[in-house]
Amino acid sequence: MQRLLLAVAFSALSALLLIAIFIVSQGLPFIFRYGFKEFLFSSEWQPQAGKFGIFPMVVSTLWVTLGAMVIGAPLGVAGAIFLTEFVPRPVMGIVKPAIELLAGIPSVVYGFIGVMVLAPLIRNHLGGPGLSLLAGSIILGIMILPTIISISIDSIMAVPKAYREGSLALGATVWQTVRMVTLPAARSGIAASIILAMGRAIGETMAVIMVTGNSVKIPGSVLEPVRTLTANIALEMGYATGMHRQALFATGVVLFVVIMILNFSASYVMRQRKARR
Amino acid sequence: MKLDPKHTQKAAVAVLGSATLLTLTALVFIIGFVLQKGLPVLSWAFLTGSPQDMGRAGGIFPAIAGSAALTVLAVLLAAPLGVGTAVYLTEYTRESRMTAIIRFGADCLAGIPSIIFGLFGFILFVTILKMGWSLLAGGLTLSLMILPTIIRTTEEAIKAVPVSYREVSYSLGATRWQTVYKVILPNALPGILTGVMLGVGRSLGETAAVIFTAGSSLRMPASVFDSVRTMAVHFYLLAREGISAENAYGTAAALIIAVLSVNLLAYWMMNRMIAKRT
Repeated sequence: MQRLLLAVAFSALSALLLIAIFIVSQGLPFIFRYGFKEFLFSSEWQPQAGKFGIFPMVVSTLWVTLGAMVIGAPLGVAGAIFLTEFVPRPVMGIVKPAIELLAGIPSVVYGFIGVMVLAPLIRNHLGGPGLSLLAGSIILGIMILPTIISISIDSIMAVPKAYREGSLALGATVWQTVRMVTLPAARSGIAASIILAMGRAIGETMAVIMVTGNSVKIPGSVLEPVRTLTANIALEMGYATGMHRQALFATGVVLFVVIMILNFSASYVMRQRKARR
Repeated sequence: MKLDPKHTQKAAVAVLGSATLLTLTALVFIIGFVLQKGLPVLSWAFLTGSPQDMGRAGGIFPAIAGSAALTVLAVLLAAPLGVGTAVYLTEYTRESRMTAIIRFGADCLAGIPSIIFGLFGFILFVTILKMGWSLLAGGLTLSLMILPTIIRTTEEAIKAVPVSYREVSYSLGATRWQTVYKVILPNALPGILTGVMLGVGRSLGETAAVIFTAGSSLRMPASVFDSVRTMAVHFYLLAREGISAENAYGTAAALIIAVLSVNLLAYWMMNRMIAKRT
């Protein structure tokens, strides 16, 4: 039984390795053949002509993710602080699970709301086609809120009560206590929540396909349509063959590497916290 | 000028409070909007009828069946692996470098984007193992996606079983395995089910990984080698290809209700477990 369970225990790790091996084995040879620099830094993506430069997608992914973080991170952290420090615990006991439930809303639903509600708003009030970098950032910013709020609340709650009481006893206001005592003590957990949310934003596919418009070009403004790395894979995978398919797997390799770097950083940040305790 | 701490306190409460309100409004709006547009479309005929004309008319029964079949298959595959992993990590070994690596592997797997799972399932299950777009290929892919959730929640549930239960079992001469399956697993069951339900919720809402592995056939599946279309994929195709906004809202409402009730059930079970302990 012990041996069987040991074998089973390696299932998740083996799955991860298997995924890495298959994605890399399908994509990496292409990157070497096509040229790493050419693939990553050329702006021409014309599969029919055999041109596979993903630079516009890399830039667009960075912008959309940055936009999502600019919108989602302050709102999420502010929400976490407010719910833990300024609201009676029973209220938080209801609001936090409710927010976590919302993390389960399928990403296609977020995308649909983006198309039906957000894109027309942007088109009518700010101009441009509506389906844009801005729409993608806003939708992703909302999608990552539950991740940021939930993990940040956990890390703020983990700050020992004595810290707060000490500060309050010295005559500090609640806000001064939050800013000078609680937040610094909880900062690594909050940082980890933001890194994990960033991973989610970079990896999100369906919502992004629906709201960003998917043009392959480097955006000149937030109102222009963009195509992310994930969208590039999902849009063309259905019909791609040969070199084209390999190029999409190569896009997957780039995505996989970025996500693994974020995973390592989040895990590192969390470990730092445990080590300090 | 030095600001009065009392005023900054008030300003902080105002700013943080409005940020929280904005967050809640956005999230509630999304659910409210979909339900308001979709609930009128939902009817018995819509839920049990077959789609006609690519989904422009008719119901969504094959998509409901597809979602159910795929989810059940994914859970059946993932639950034994996930529970086994958790049992090994908590009962059969000490914390070591190896357990840290196993946990890290599970955490990383949880962070892999669904499109990568889709690519992987497409190349391994659909292409190399020649399963084609099928229930089986989709179920295998989804099972890997929900594995980390089941491992994590089962581990927590097993850790919450009091040490005294184990001591009593061992003192009666039970072996380690007997203790696990007669004492620990029954007591940890609500927690394990919570993990399974969360996995069900994730499977129901998944699109990117499913569309490349299970395909999007609108027929009722007859075997695990048939392609299926889930509710999420059906909704995506209706919405993206502009086939029918009305039926898209209806499908979205059905999907949201299914996912939220599954997640709600998971939380309810978890809370009941915590309440029983204390």
